[in-house]
This record gives sequence, C-alpha cells and structure tokens, in this order.
Amino acid sequence: MEKEQFYYDNKIVKLFLYATVLWGVVGMLVGLMVAFLFIFPNYLEGISWLSFGRLRPLHTNAVIFAFVGNGVFLGIYYSMQRLLKARMFSDTLSKIHFWGWQLIIVAAAITLPLGLTSSKEYAELEWPIDIAITLIWVVMGINMIGTILKRRQRHIYVAIWFYIATLVTVAVLHIFNNLEMPVTAFKSYSIYAGVQDAMVQWWYGHNAVAFFLTTPVLGLMYYFVPKVSNRPIYSYRLSIIHFWSLIFIYIWAGPHHLLYTALPEWAQNLGTVFSVMLIFPSWGGMINGLLTLRGAWDKVRENPILKFFVVAITGYGMSTFEGPMLSFKSVNAIAHYTDWIVGHVHIGTLAWNGFMISGMLYWLVQKLWKTELYSKKLANSHFLIATIGILLYAIPLYVAGFTQATMWKEFNPDGTLVYGNFLETVTKIMPMYMMRAAGGTLYLIGFLMLAYNIIKTIKIGQFVGDELAEVAPLTPISSSRLAGEGFHSWLERRTVLFTILATVAILIGGAVEIVPLIVVPSNIPTITSVKPYSPLELEGRDLYIREGCNNCHSQMIRPFRSEVARYGEYSKAGEFVYDHPFLWGSKRTGPDLHREGQKYNDNWHFNHLLDPRSTSPGSIMPSYSWLILNDLDVSSTADKMNAMVKLGVPYTQFEVDKALYLLRNQASEIMVNLNQDPEFKKAYGDSNIQDKEIVALIAYLQRLGTDIKADKTALK
Amino acid sequence: MISFAKHYFEGIKGIEIYPIISLLLFFTVFVTMVLIVIKMPKKSIELHSEIPLDSEN
Repeated sequence: MEKEQFYYDNKIVKLFLYATVLWGVVGMLVGLMVAFLFIFPNYLEGISWLSFGRLRPLHTNAVIFAFVGNGVFLGIYYSMQRLLKARMFSDTLSKIHFWGWQLIIVAAAITLPLGLTSSKEYAELEWPIDIAITLIWVVMGINMIGTILKRRQRHIYVAIWFYIATLVTVAVLHIFNNLEMPVTAFKSYSIYAGVQDAMVQWWYGHNAVAFFLTTPVLGLMYYFVPKVSNRPIYSYRLSIIHFWSLIFIYIWAGPHHLLYTALPEWAQNLGTVFSVMLIFPSWGGMINGLLTLRGAWDKVRENPILKFFVVAITGYGMSTFEGPMLSFKSVNAIAHYTDWIVGHVHIGTLAWNGFMISGMLYWLVQKLWKTELYSKKLANSHFLIATIGILLYAIPLYVAGFTQATMWKEFNPDGTLVYGNFLETVTKIMPMYMMRAAGGTLYLIGFLMLAYNIIKTIKIGQFVGDELAEVAPLTPISSSRLAGEGFHSWLERRTVLFTILATVAILIGGAVEIVPLIVVPSNIPTITSVKPYSPLELEGRDLYIREGCNNCHSQMIRPFRSEVARYGEYSKAGEFVYDHPFLWGSKRTGPDLHREGQKYNDNWHFNHLLDPRSTSPGSIMPSYSWLILNDLDVSSTADKMNAMVKLGVPYTQFEVDKALYLLRNQASEIMVNLNQDPEFKKAYGDSNIQDKEIVALIAYLQRLGTDIKADKTALK
Repeated sequence: MISFAKHYFEGIKGIEIYPIISLLLFFTVFVTMVLIVIKMPKKSIELHSEIPLDSEN
C-alpha cells in the first residue's frame, strides 16, 4: 500500500519544553523560600503575600501543575503523535491548551499570594480558575481523542492507555472536589461540610497524586524508557495487569489520609485495605520499567538519561512501598501530621517526577534540535548533585518525623506529657530542617545546570518544527474480534470502548466510598449544642483560610491518650457540620487548634499573632502584623451568610439582617477584653482595633471546639 | 470503635454488604484480567511492544 506523508508537530512540543524548564525553576525556588522560612521565620517579615501559609500552596501548585503538568504535556504531545503515527488532531487546540494552561498558572501565581484560596490542598484555586481549568482540560481531551481517532497505528500502545486514564479521571476528580458556592468573584464555599468535605477532598487529593503525578508519568515511562534504551518493554502482559489493577485500586485509597479522624471507621478500613493492595500493581510497574533495562546495564553506565530513569523508577518503587506501609493504622498513627509525610512525598516528586522529566528533557532537546547534548558531563554532574540532594532532603525529614511522633507521645510516670510544651518538639528538629533546606538547594542547583545545558544545546542545534513522516494509512477491518485475536488486542483497537471501560474502573471506587456519605442527610446537627459561627467568627474563619493557617495547624484531635492529654477531648464528626470547607489540615508544624477556643485569653492571641516569639519563645510561626493594619472587610458578610444558608447552615433571617450589628457587638466585647491588659491599653487603647481583621481572627480562634464544652456544662 | 460516627450509616439498609461487594468485584475483575492476559497470543504481544521502537523519529 502507498504510504502517506505527514508532519509531526514539534512546535507545540518545544513550547511545553520551555514551559517545563521555566516553571521547574520557579516552583523549586518557591519551595526553597518555604524551606528557609522554617529556619529563618523572620526573613520575609511583614510581607503578607510572602508569608508561609500563602507560599506553601504556591509551591505545591507550581511544582505539581506547572512543572510536572507542563512536563507531562510535553511528553504526551511528543510521544502520542509518534505512537499513533499522526499529527495532533488540531494545531489550534494544541495552542489553546498550551496558552490556556500557562494563563491558569499565572492566575494561580497571582491569586495564591493574595490569599485567594479555597483551602483544599492541591485544589486551592478559586472558582473562576477552576472553571478555566475544566475548559482547558476539555480542549486537551478533544485534541487527544481526536488524534487517537485519526491514527495510522491500529493498536494503542500502553502509554496511551495511561494518558486516557489521566484525562478521564482528573476531569472527574477536579469537578467533584471543586463543587462550590460562589459568594464573590474570588470567594466561594465548598458545597460539602466537615466529614463529607474531608472525604471528597482526600479522594481528590490522593488521586491527584495518582492520576496527575503517577499515571501520566507511567505513560511516559512506558514510552521513553524503551525508546532511550532501544529495547521493548520487559513484559507487555505485565503492563496490561499493571494498568487495569492500578487504576481500579488507586481510586479507593483516599481515606488513608483520614485514619483515626472523625471519618466513619468503615470508610477508613476500606481505604487501608486498598492502599495495601496498591503495592502489587505499583511494584508491577516498577519491575516492568527496571527490567526493560535487563542486559543493558552497560548503557546505563554511559548514558546520563538512563541514570535519571533508573533513579526515578527506584524512587517510584520506594514511595509506593512506603505509601501502603503508611496506610497501616498503627504506622499511620505515628507518621500522620509529622514531617515524615513531607519526606515521603518528596521521594515521589523529586525522584520519580523530577528525574523522569529531567531525563526526558535531555533526550527531547537532542531530538527536537537534531544535535548532541551540549555537555554530557554537566548532565552527569546534575544527576549526581540532585541525587545527593534528594537523600539530604528526605532522610532528615524521616528522622524529624520519628522524633516528633515519639516526643508527642511520651509520658512521665505520673501520667503527664514529658514534652507538654509543643515548641520543644519544634526546636528539637531544627537541624533536620536545615539539612532539608541544604538538600533542596542542591536539587535546585542541579536543575539550573539542566536549564543551562538545555539552552546551550538549543543554541548549537537546528530546530525542526514540522517533522516529516511516512506511514501507510490503516485499512478498514471488522470491528468484531478476528480469528486468533486476543481480547485485549481487540480492545486496544476499540478505543472508545477502552475509554469507557477505564472510566467505569475508576468510578466504582469513588462511588462506593463517597455516595453513602453524601446521601445521608447532613444538615441535621448530630450534636445539639453545635451552632453555626457568628458573623464575626465566620469572617475570622475566612481570614484563617486566607492566611493558610491550615497548612501548619490541624483541627482534628485523634482519639489517642497522648492527643487528648495535649489538646483536649478528641474531635467528633458532629462538630464539623457547619464547616464549609473543612479545615482539618494534614500537618502539624504547629499544634492542633481544634480545642484552642478559651484556652488562652484574647490578649495572648493578640500578642501571639503580632509576634509569635513574644508569647512562645522558639516558635517558627510568621508574624501577622498586617492583621492590625487592615480594616475587616464586612462588605460581603451578609452574602456569605446567605451562601451558607443555601448550603444548609441554619442562620435565621434575623441573624442575616442584623449581621453587621452582631459583628460589631462581638468585636466591641473583644476590645473590652483586650483593654483589660494595661500594656495593650497603653499602646492601642485609643485606636480602633475593634474594626481590624485581628479581632475577627481572635473571635474565630476563641470559638474553636468550644461548642461541645457548652453541651457538657448543660449536662451538669 | 468510633461509635459516634456509626449513625451515619445506620440509616442505610444492608450497609454491611458494601465491603463484600467491593472485594468480590475486585476479585472478579482481577481474575478475568489475568486469564485474558495468559490467553493472549504471543505474536500480538511482540507486535504491540515494538510500537514505540518501529520508527526513527
């Protein structure tokens, strides 16, 4: 048959390559800024938009969606055209995808430092940006499916299956986790509350790791490892089992982020079981990747790209071994809320994501610019320095995690906590935070070496924008199975059916876990003394969200003796029914705050927020000086309450109508309390502190976890 | 154990069957898949796994 001539679109690949390198540098730099805040909590003092609670989401969003996101699209746009023997479906859609995605990143880089956040981890962006993400994702989807449909290769290769699973699942996760009620242009409330919100969030959060950081990168592994080593994948059979069992099991594992919380135990156990099972498909994938290089280890010694791939796949194996272990309730009881988790995720991101993408960048720059790498030696040095960086990053955090956990749980013979002051557990691990920052610095230096190497290679090379290819078109054959054709081979050419089956596989787990939680009426308070927040507390809560306090403080006391002794009574599901969104947090850089209310007086909070080290020597919390400068914005208080009413929070019409009156009253009461301290009276007695943001935040903090105390008083 | 959360589920009839259904479902899917993979003709496996390598660019 006569061959058809066509051109691969390398221009779009080039754009994504530039973006990957650029956002990689930016995202890692922000990470480093965050790491240094642990050691020098004052170095960005007074700059609200560079405080820890706002920078940390910027770092995570930048590295996940900007760096790995662009890196994944880079690999997809390159490999998909070659695997399907077709140019992308539409150049226009490719461009819309690229520029739309960059615009979303820029919007994130502006809004997150401004404190415009929904507070849900890795889904912090506010509702207009969420809609933009959905639209761009659809554009990408049409482009991908269109390319698959016009392919000149009858069977879709395993990499494409992983791309399809990514496309479908991320769409489902993104939409369901970001269902929110808009209040203003950049403020919304999650439609779920408390336990349900936590469940949906971690179903999303866990699977963002699974389907944004893992499945597409596995797709890249299945293409680039064979391609660079010039050997077929170790076992195609294993890749089939790997794919289907991985996507089916992964989606169930979310609840392991909520072990020992107020989430129903049934859901917790299901999460644990599936998380443990997850090790089998994950290691199947790792083995498949590594064994592709069997008998070719001499190539690994010479080729820096393969070195990157080997360490990446090993990192994948390490973190997917650790993940199931951390899902055992007994291990989780130790590791959760500690820096161990931060170490764990960075093995995944720095080794698995960072090294897969680095290797791919080195390879693609040579292919696209038709030249040899500017300096192989420099790439080897990058590999070495970044590998040391990863170890120096992760190992100290494992030590820190164990130190925290043991110190938090240690009792004196008389039954009191040995380290009753939380700060002792913070100052103890400062050396670990220093080593972590050094490790991160090495990793960034390595990546800058990559950027330099890439730029130099581009300068000596000759870019080919449209690359000529010649392939015979597909001849039509029966859509039913041919004689001797295996079921899966048949499925691999029935791409629509394949996509539908993959969708079914990922929907089952989510549906079984989440539907029961949603269909049960949630608007009936399960604890009668739990009441909605007052208007001032509601505004204070939004400030807590704006400043990202939940990045360092949990609001979820687990039912352990050590936690009850330290923080107070353990948290109950019924206490969170008005929490849109939930603010349980996932890390305790500082102490839990769920029973913070009425623990200290208003002056303590005032002084602590202004200068944390004045009340808590050794604290690494930033100071929030702008909270006494900014007037509390009450322009949308009533709208916020109305939005809450629509979500089922029982505010009366009277409360909504009199919102500002109630708010001012409560603020005045706090001002009276504050004035009882002669020092405060001397410094601020004549000022209008009651109109400032700090008062709302104090009101919220003083309310935290106090409702069930009222219940107890009533019982007495 | 966390008895306060149990009422969330008490309202659903036959909730105990959920985990059992899930396990059976997974088991069936997994076994079927293994059978399919075992029965796969060797020739097509070789053909498919060569897809990334059959072109220069």
